[in-house]
Amino acid sequence: MDRFTERRRKKAADHYFDYSLLFIVLFLLGFGMIMIYSTSSYEASKDYGDAAYYLKKQAIATALGIAAMIFTANIPYHFWEKFAIPGYLLSAVLICLVLTPLGVKVKGARRWLDFGIGLRLQPAEIAKLCMILFLASMVCSMGKSIRSRKGFLTILLVPLPISVMIWKITDNLSSAIIVFGIAVLMLFVSSPDYKKFFLMGAAGVAAAALIVYIITRLASSDSLDFRGERILAWLDPEAYASGKGFQTLQALYAIGSGGIFGKGLGQSMQKLGFIPEAQNDMIFSIICEELGLFGAIAIILLFLLLIWRFMIVANNAPDLFGALLVVGVMGHIAIQVILNIAVVTNTIPNTGISLPFISYGGSSVMFLLIEIGLVLSVSHSIRFRDV
Amino acid sequence: MVAFVLFLFSFVGLSARLSYLMIGRSGYYGEQARALHERERSIKAARGRILDRNGVVLADNKTVCTISVIHSQLKDKESVIDMLCRELSLEEDYVRKRVEKVSAIERIRSNVEKETGDKIRDYNLPGVKVDEDFKRYYPYGELASKVLGFTGGDNQGIIGLEVAYDSVLEGEPGTILTVTDARGIELDAAGENRIEPVDGRDLTISMDLNIQKYATQLAYQAMETKQADSVSILVMNPQNGEMLAMVNVPEFDLNAPFTLQGIQPGSLSGQQEQDALNLMWRNGCINDTYEPGSTFKTVTAAAGLEAGVVHTTDTFHCPGYVMVEDRRIRCHKVSGHGSQDFVHATMNSCNPVFVTVGLRLGSALYYDYFKKFGLLEKTGIDLPGEAATIMHKKENIGMVELATISFGQSFQITPIQLMTTVASFVNGGRRVTPHFAVKASGQGDKTPEIFEYPTREGIVSAETSETMKMMLEQVVENGGGKNAIVEGYRIGGKTATSQTLPRGSGRYISSFLGFAPADNPQVMALAIINNPQGVYYGGQIAAPVVRQLFENILPYMEEIDYKR
Repeated sequence: MDRFTERRRKKAADHYFDYSLLFIVLFLLGFGMIMIYSTSSYEASKDYGDAAYYLKKQAIATALGIAAMIFTANIPYHFWEKFAIPGYLLSAVLICLVLTPLGVKVKGARRWLDFGIGLRLQPAEIAKLCMILFLASMVCSMGKSIRSRKGFLTILLVPLPISVMIWKITDNLSSAIIVFGIAVLMLFVSSPDYKKFFLMGAAGVAAAALIVYIITRLASSDSLDFRGERILAWLDPEAYASGKGFQTLQALYAIGSGGIFGKGLGQSMQKLGFIPEAQNDMIFSIICEELGLFGAIAIILLFLLLIWRFMIVANNAPDLFGALLVVGVMGHIAIQVILNIAVVTNTIPNTGISLPFISYGGSSVMFLLIEIGLVLSVSHSIRFRDV
Repeated sequence: MVAFVLFLFSFVGLSARLSYLMIGRSGYYGEQARALHERERSIKAARGRILDRNGVVLADNKTVCTISVIHSQLKDKESVIDMLCRELSLEEDYVRKRVEKVSAIERIRSNVEKETGDKIRDYNLPGVKVDEDFKRYYPYGELASKVLGFTGGDNQGIIGLEVAYDSVLEGEPGTILTVTDARGIELDAAGENRIEPVDGRDLTISMDLNIQKYATQLAYQAMETKQADSVSILVMNPQNGEMLAMVNVPEFDLNAPFTLQGIQPGSLSGQQEQDALNLMWRNGCINDTYEPGSTFKTVTAAAGLEAGVVHTTDTFHCPGYVMVEDRRIRCHKVSGHGSQDFVHATMNSCNPVFVTVGLRLGSALYYDYFKKFGLLEKTGIDLPGEAATIMHKKENIGMVELATISFGQSFQITPIQLMTTVASFVNGGRRVTPHFAVKASGQGDKTPEIFEYPTREGIVSAETSETMKMMLEQVVENGGGKNAIVEGYRIGGKTATSQTLPRGSGRYISSFLGFAPADNPQVMALAIINNPQGVYYGGQIAAPVVRQLFENILPYMEEIDYKR
C-alpha cells in the first residue's frame, strides 16, 4: 500500500505538466468570452432578441474544444505521427469540398463546410493543424538532409499547394499566409541558416514594397481589384471611409477613443453597430476602447507569456518531433496574434484574421484547443530528470 | 530562442504602435468617434399665427400626424396592414407594398388628422410609428389667399405675408443632441442635451375679417354677373396706409395651395403646372401693372392745381376731340361736352380738358410731378413681388405721349400704386406706405413690436387736397360716379374704363376708386373688374360694387370705431 502510493507519486512527479500554459489558455478563453459578451450583446439582442446569442454559441464550441484538448493531451503525441500524410491529403480534400454543395457561403465568402446538424467547419483551420503535424513528421524523417539546399526547398515547397488552395479556392489569403508562415518558422527552427532567411525576408519586404508602389501608381487608372483597393485604404483609410477603409477607420476610432485607461468594460460605443461584427476579427479594437492601453498591453503580455511557455516546452521536448509540433503551434498562434493586432491598428493592410482564443469563431477555438492539447501532451512527456 | 526574440520584437513594435494610437492620436480619433455617435435632431418651433385687426385667427397651426412603419420592429404584418387600411381608408395593395418593403422606415401617410393618429397609436402594434407635427391651417380656406400666402413642407413661407414676415413667424428650432448606435437608434442611458425651440411670434395685421369677407363676396358676385376674368378690390385707410382688405378673385384654397382648379391632375407637364400655379397665386393688386385710365386724371388734376396751370373756375370747350400735333384725340363723348369749367370736366371725365391741362404743364413738369407724387417708386407695401411702374423715359415724352399720359394711358402702374397716390391727394398731401402688418408679439413679450412705416408729407398742398376732395365728391354726387352714392354718407370717387393692349381687342378694365367720408376720408376702396362682358363702363359696373361695399362697411366701421 505504502509502496503503491509512493510509486504513483513518483510517476506523477516524474512527468512534467505545464500548468502555467494551461492556465494562460484558460484565462484567455474566459477573458475572450467576457469580451464576446460585452462586444456582441447589444447587436445580438437587436438581431436575435438574445443578448447572449454569440456567447452561448462560443461557450458550446469552447466546451467541446476543452473536451478535445483533454482528450488530445492524454494521448501520447507519437500516436498522431502516422496520420501525417493522410492529414495532408484530408485537408486538400476538405478544401476542395468547399466547391461542392457541402460548402456554405457566409457573408460572400465560401469558406465553410456544413455537415448538417449545426456542425460547420472551416477547412483552413484543419489544414493548419494537419500542416503542423505533416511538417513535423517530415522534418523528422529527413534528418540531417534538411540542412542541404534540396531539403530546405522541399520543406518550403511542400506546404505551398495547400497554401495556394486555401488562397484560391476558399479565397482566404490570411489563412494561406499563416499556413505558409508556420512552415517557414518550423524550417527556421530546424535549420537555423540565418543567411537564407535573411535573404528570404529581404526579398519578401522588397516584393511587398514593390506591390504597394505599383498599386499606388495604378490608383489613378482605377483598374484595381478589391485587394488593390485594400492597400490604398490601408495607406489612407479616411479617403476610403465609406468603402474598404470603413472597418479599419472604425477600429481606429475605437482604439483612439479608448485612451490610456479605456472607457470601462461594457462602455464601448463603437460596438453598437459601428464596427460590423465587432466580436470577430476586430474584437481587439473594442478591448482597446473599453480597457485602454493598459488592458491591450496586458493581453499582449499574456500572449507573450504563452509563447514563452511554448518555447520552454519545445526546448525541453523529449524528441525532435515533439519539439517541432510545439514550434508549429507556437508559430500558428504567434503569427495570428501579430497579424491580427497589426490589422486592427492599421499597421498592415486589412485582411481577415481572428485573435486566437478571444475572437468569436467556433471552429477556430476548437482547433486551437486541440493544438494546445498536443502541446500539453508533449509537455506531459517531459521527464524531470531530463530537464 | 531566436524565433522567440523575433516574436518579442513584433510584440514590442505593435505595443509601440498601440501606444501611439491610444495616446498620441487619442484626441483626434476620440473626437471623430464622438462626432459619429452624436446626432443632432431638431425640434420644430411652432409657427406664429396671423391675426386680423380684431384678433381673429387667420392662419393657425394644427397638429397632424405622420404614420410610418419600421420594418425591423414589425411583428404581425397582417394585422398592421389590416388596421392601416381601415383607419386610413387606403387600398390594401398600397399599404401592403409599403409594409412589406425592407427599409429602415417607410412613410405610409402624412397629414393625418390628430384624432386618427391617436386612434392608430392606441392599437399599440409594434413597428407602427405615429409622429406628430405642426401643419399650417387656414380656418377661412381661400379668404385673402393671395395676401396671407401659405407655407411649404419645412414650414417656410412661400408667398404673401407668410414669406414677407417669415422671420417673425418662423421662430427658432430647438435641438436635441443624442447619442445613437449605428442604426441611428437613440440610447436611453446617454443623457440628452436639449435646446428648447423658440416659437414664432404672432403677427397682427390691419385686415378686417368682415370687410375682407364682404369684399370677397362682392368681387365674386361681380365676376359672375359680368363674366369677368378676375376682380380685385382694395380697401385701405388713406390716413395711415393700413390695408383693411385686399381681394383678388378667383382666390385659391390655402389649405390645398397646390391643387389647380378645373385641371385634371397629371395633364400638365412639370413646367406648365408650375406656371399655372404661379398664375393662380399671383396677387394682381401688387404683382401686375395696368393702364389706370380715367382714375389717373386725378393725378393730372392734382399736378395742374399744384402748378397753378388750372383752376376750378377755368372754362374749357370740348368739341368731342382735341388735336395734339397731327393727332386727333377723341373724347369718350363723341358729340363733345361743350363748354364746361374744370370741376365739370372732372365730373364728365372729359379727355380733351385733361389733355389740355397736361399740355399746359409740359412734359418736363408733368414728369417732375409724376416723380414727386412717388409714382416712379414702389409703394413699399409689405408683400413680396411688388411690380414697378412702367413709364416713358423723360426725354422720350413728346406731346402725343404727354396727352395720353394725362388721361391715364401709355404707361402702367399697379392698383396699389394708384390707390396710394390718390390717398395722398385726399388726406392732406401725405404719402403713406400701404401695409398689413401692425404688430408682432411673442409668448413672453411684455410689449409687442409695433411696425412703423415711412410717410412723406407735402405731396400736394392742403389747398389742392381740399380742391381734390371737393371735385371728386362732385364726381359721385353729380358726375359719372353717381352709381356710388350711399345714402347718408359723403362719398368721393373717380371712375375709369380702360381698353387693354392691344387696342381694339374689345377687352376692357373697368374700375372705380371711392373714398368716404368725402371731406375727411377714413376709408378708400378700389374695385377693378378685368375683362367684363357686356357693359364695361366703370361708372356703371365698378361704381356699384364700391357702393355696396360702402353701404355695408361704413356703418360697421362707425360701430366698431377704428380710431381707437
